[in-house]
Amino acid sequence: MIDFGFLWQAFVRLIAGLPITLELAATAILVGTVLATALAIVAHLRVPVASQCVAFFVFCIRGSPLLLQMFIIYYGLGQFRHELQSWGVWPFFREPYWCAITALVLSVGAYGSEIIRGGLKSVSAGLIEAARACGMSGFLLYRRIILPIAFRQALPAYGNEVILAVKATSLASTITIMEVTGIAAELISQTFRAFEVFIVAGAIYLTLNFIITRLIALLEYRLSPHQRDLPVKTNIEARP
Amino acid sequence: MRSVLDKLWVGCMNYTDLVGFGEGGWGRVLIAGAGVTSAIAVLGFLIGSILGSLVAWAKMSPIRLARGVADAYTTTLRGVPDLLVIYLLYFGGNSLLSTFAGFFGANGFVGMPTFATGVLAIGIISAAYQAEVLRGAFNTVAKGSIEAAHAVGMGRWLLFRRVVAPQVLHYALPGLGNTWQLALKETALISVVGLVELLRQAQMASGSTRRPFEFFITAGLLYLTITVVSSLLFRFAEYRSACRMGG
Repeated sequence: MIDFGFLWQAFVRLIAGLPITLELAATAILVGTVLATALAIVAHLRVPVASQCVAFFVFCIRGSPLLLQMFIIYYGLGQFRHELQSWGVWPFFREPYWCAITALVLSVGAYGSEIIRGGLKSVSAGLIEAARACGMSGFLLYRRIILPIAFRQALPAYGNEVILAVKATSLASTITIMEVTGIAAELISQTFRAFEVFIVAGAIYLTLNFIITRLIALLEYRLSPHQRDLPVKTNIEARP
Repeated sequence: MRSVLDKLWVGCMNYTDLVGFGEGGWGRVLIAGAGVTSAIAVLGFLIGSILGSLVAWAKMSPIRLARGVADAYTTTLRGVPDLLVIYLLYFGGNSLLSTFAGFFGANGFVGMPTFATGVLAIGIISAAYQAEVLRGAFNTVAKGSIEAAHAVGMGRWLLFRRVVAPQVLHYALPGLGNTWQLALKETALISVVGLVELLRQAQMASGSTRRPFEFFITAGLLYLTITVVSSLLFRFAEYRSACRMGG
């Protein structure tokens, strides 16, 4: 039979990890998106040398497991403790929390940059010409015309990326961070009730991802008024 | 300047000794780890293909229950962290096996073989992604070709083998390439239950030499190599498929 008492206990334990999961995901997505945008612009403008560096970075991040990247940052950089100490960044890389965030940010940046680059490509040349004709250039052109359109275009694909980032926060548990998955692993090893714990933890992640999907759909709706049908105003009154 | 170059040179020499194939080198072990990683990825991906086709088929079934179950399957597995699925299979499998063994008179702990757990986990997760890819590909198959096949009197199986399957495979190849890359990277997660694949091997090597940076970077290079080789193979398959489709 289903033991609701245990499910509730597990829920209480697991939900305590939710704030950390949310923190990791939110930071990774916000900072990662800034990084992704910068990388995408560099790649899109084909800045010599820099764009090749971006391509190489994206290749490395996408071609190797995130867990490995997290280990390189957390365990690997520990080997250069003296150098990092002399640069004053050791307190940052000493904390598993910041190492996990760094790995997640790099990951969101690399995967996201490919999506945003696709969005940048889709901005039609006519729009850019029109903006230039109005006297916009450089930063203003990007801020007012190119980036908003690119983001809107990239949003559906970016939504998938956000879900993947939320799922990826679970890897932080391997470097001792007790977020939802970390607590789940601890609970399983204490109680040996893998199935119940999985159901509760899975339900937490599914709910979270469901909310995020709805939010992104809402954002998409808000950002694309031009694709909606016009509200029809009729003057025809019902005949008596 | 001179001393920095010297240091770098010594470092490089140390590195080649460390991951080389000579005495005290970890090269052979790491290559073996890469082999295990590839094996799990390939077997898991194949299981994922079989299971994924079934799920895709269920998703398009006229039976409502089948559609519901298939949708629940893909939603759950694409929305829950892979690490949790691995924990479920490994620890859940352990207690199931122990209970079963208890029925047959064995007492005590019976553990899941980690390799099988890994393959199964990759297969189950990959199936959810592959099902979506296959369904999308099926929807792009020209309906006229199926009607034409009906018209010339092909039976169900022949129709599937000669008309549907080749087209679905053609349209699905790029998407399947992506799910393959996902499966390959997921294999790293199996290291948490103790299976000695590439990442675990690198971890063990760095534990005994205290040189984690070199070993993880080397493991990364090996992963990148597998990625590059397999994406070349997929590109070749796409090219061949395009030739055959007359594209």
